[in-house]
Amino acid sequence: MNARAAGLGVLALAALVLLAFVPRLGNAYYLALAISLLQYTVLATAWGMFSGPTRYVSLATTAFFGIGAYTVAVLGEILPWPLVLLIAAALGAFVAAIVGLSTLRLSGVYFVIFTFGLTELIRQLVVWFEVNKSRVLGRYVFVDITQADIYWQLLALTAAVFLLGWLIARSRLGFALRVIGEDETVAKHCGINTTFAKVALFTISATVMTLVGAIMAPRWTYIEPSIAFNSMISFQVLIMALLGGAHRLWGPVLGAVPLTLLFELLSARFPNTFTIILGCIFLLIVYMLPRGVAGLFEKLSATAGGKATGRVAA
Amino acid sequence: MSRENGTPVLEVAGLRRAFGGLVAVNDLGFAVAQGEIMGLLGPNGSGKTTALNLMSGVLRPDAGTVRLMGRDIAGLASYRIARLGLARTFQLVRVLDGMDCRENIKAGLAFQKPHLPATEAEVRIDTLLDRVGLAGHDRRPAADLTYIDRKRLELARALAAKPRLLLLDEWLAGLNPSELMIGIDLIRSLKADGITIVLVEHVMNAVRALCDRCVVMSSGRKIAEGATADVLSDAAVVKAYLGGVAADA
Ligand SMILES: Nc1ncnc2c1ncn2[C@@H]1O[C@H](COP(=O)(O)OP(=O)(O)OP(=O)(O)O)[C@@H](O)[C@H]1O
Ligand SMILES: [Mg+2]
Repeated sequence: MNARAAGLGVLALAALVLLAFVPRLGNAYYLALAISLLQYTVLATAWGMFSGPTRYVSLATTAFFGIGAYTVAVLGEILPWPLVLLIAAALGAFVAAIVGLSTLRLSGVYFVIFTFGLTELIRQLVVWFEVNKSRVLGRYVFVDITQADIYWQLLALTAAVFLLGWLIARSRLGFALRVIGEDETVAKHCGINTTFAKVALFTISATVMTLVGAIMAPRWTYIEPSIAFNSMISFQVLIMALLGGAHRLWGPVLGAVPLTLLFELLSARFPNTFTIILGCIFLLIVYMLPRGVAGLFEKLSATAGGKATGRVAA
Repeated sequence: MSRENGTPVLEVAGLRRAFGGLVAVNDLGFAVAQGEIMGLLGPNGSGKTTALNLMSGVLRPDAGTVRLMGRDIAGLASYRIARLGLARTFQLVRVLDGMDCRENIKAGLAFQKPHLPATEAEVRIDTLLDRVGLAGHDRRPAADLTYIDRKRLELARALAAKPRLLLLDEWLAGLNPSELMIGIDLIRSLKADGITIVLVEHVMNAVRALCDRCVVMSSGRKIAEGATADVLSDAAVVKAYLGGVAADA
């Protein structure tokens, strides 16, 4: 182990311990904000884990988030909580593997459209099922989970996602994904089973997103398809990851934190024009920071000279 | 070296591929013996690159067989073909621009089975960098390389897997005379290592210097096959090249 990695590890652990005390502040507003921050941090990081190296733009975040939330709405009262989470994760992984196998052979543009359509499809399926089979429009979520519990679970998931991402980046799978992102034809000629690699990472990323949805579900007491499958989540996560820089594990968080705060402010102050502002922010980011905040930091540290190189912790 | 009692490294038969109405490769057949360099020649658009794409799994053949060391690989996924010992370069050079030279070569060997231990892999990468003339450039991003160095890097990546069969698609194109000499020597040294090579090439001096035998294509079909000197003086071949690339480049 090199000293740098060990140092970062200690730093991360210290941050984790500190963050664990947020619910002890006893301020409901701060706790709610912290939950939002963690939620988007995990979603954007999970999004970047797949889309960063492969450069496939996925709009399916909402689909998996919704699957997680709905699993809780249906099973939350019946089964013990850990089992509910496990089932949600398994369901998310299953759907992701099927979607991955059927779409990741497609080229980029078709993939974007498909993932967007997928979200609508799943939402309509849920509506159809609820109306025709279970004869309810929405469901009440009665589980014994406090806001602090939600926060701690999200914090644990955040830690797990960063650890997982770090392990993958160092693994052969992580290297394979970088090669695929560079040139898929070359990747195949290097002996990479590109379909397997992409499906594997898509599934991992989607499972995390599903878990976020499941953990977040008790925050609402009432869930209906339009709440659980709100496609704004897909777009917000996309913008956050791109602002932060999806080519680095630590990139998306740099976008998730400021934008969550900004969105919080905007949606409270300008509820009607919120989406327009969102669109403008998106355009600005793509034009001004094509490699995100992470890319900007790399550039700065590279031009700052000395020992610093542009490519850190690859 | 022990002879593989006659089994060709590559054996192509009845290979065909059409794009709409255009038959790019039509009933192509030939065999390449262990350690041989076979030239695959023909005017522009005659189907050489398409033939390589069919062998390496980029394209699926409409008909025909491709045998690699006796095993039919026609229609297999290209990653499987790569793992069976076939490597190639591309007519329009393809390197991984976002990675440095070392990582580019690592990509060529990291996914072969069985996996090499890390230290052996590093040694092999250094050897290859040295061999293609990129020693000292290992941390240089591929995007910063000159055209020639990109070609060198692409070849090193192809060699990293220790292939049995190497397909080179106009790898010598665009080199100046002194670089061409070095390139020819490099390819000759690969042959000395026992690598079997299919060389698609328009540079006739290189073909003469390197190829044991040649197959000539025209409009997707094989129009000549045989020892290099005989093939290059064949009347049908000269005719096919008229108006295209001059036979004496
Ligand atoms: N993917 C494709 N789709 C449609 N037509 C194609 C495709 N690939 C090749 N062709 C056509 O097939 C024919 C053979 O092309 P190919 O690239 O194999 O020729 P070539 O012998 O390699 O030529 P060159 O010496 O110019 O590289 C050409 O007419 C080309 O336009
Ligand atoms: Mg060609």
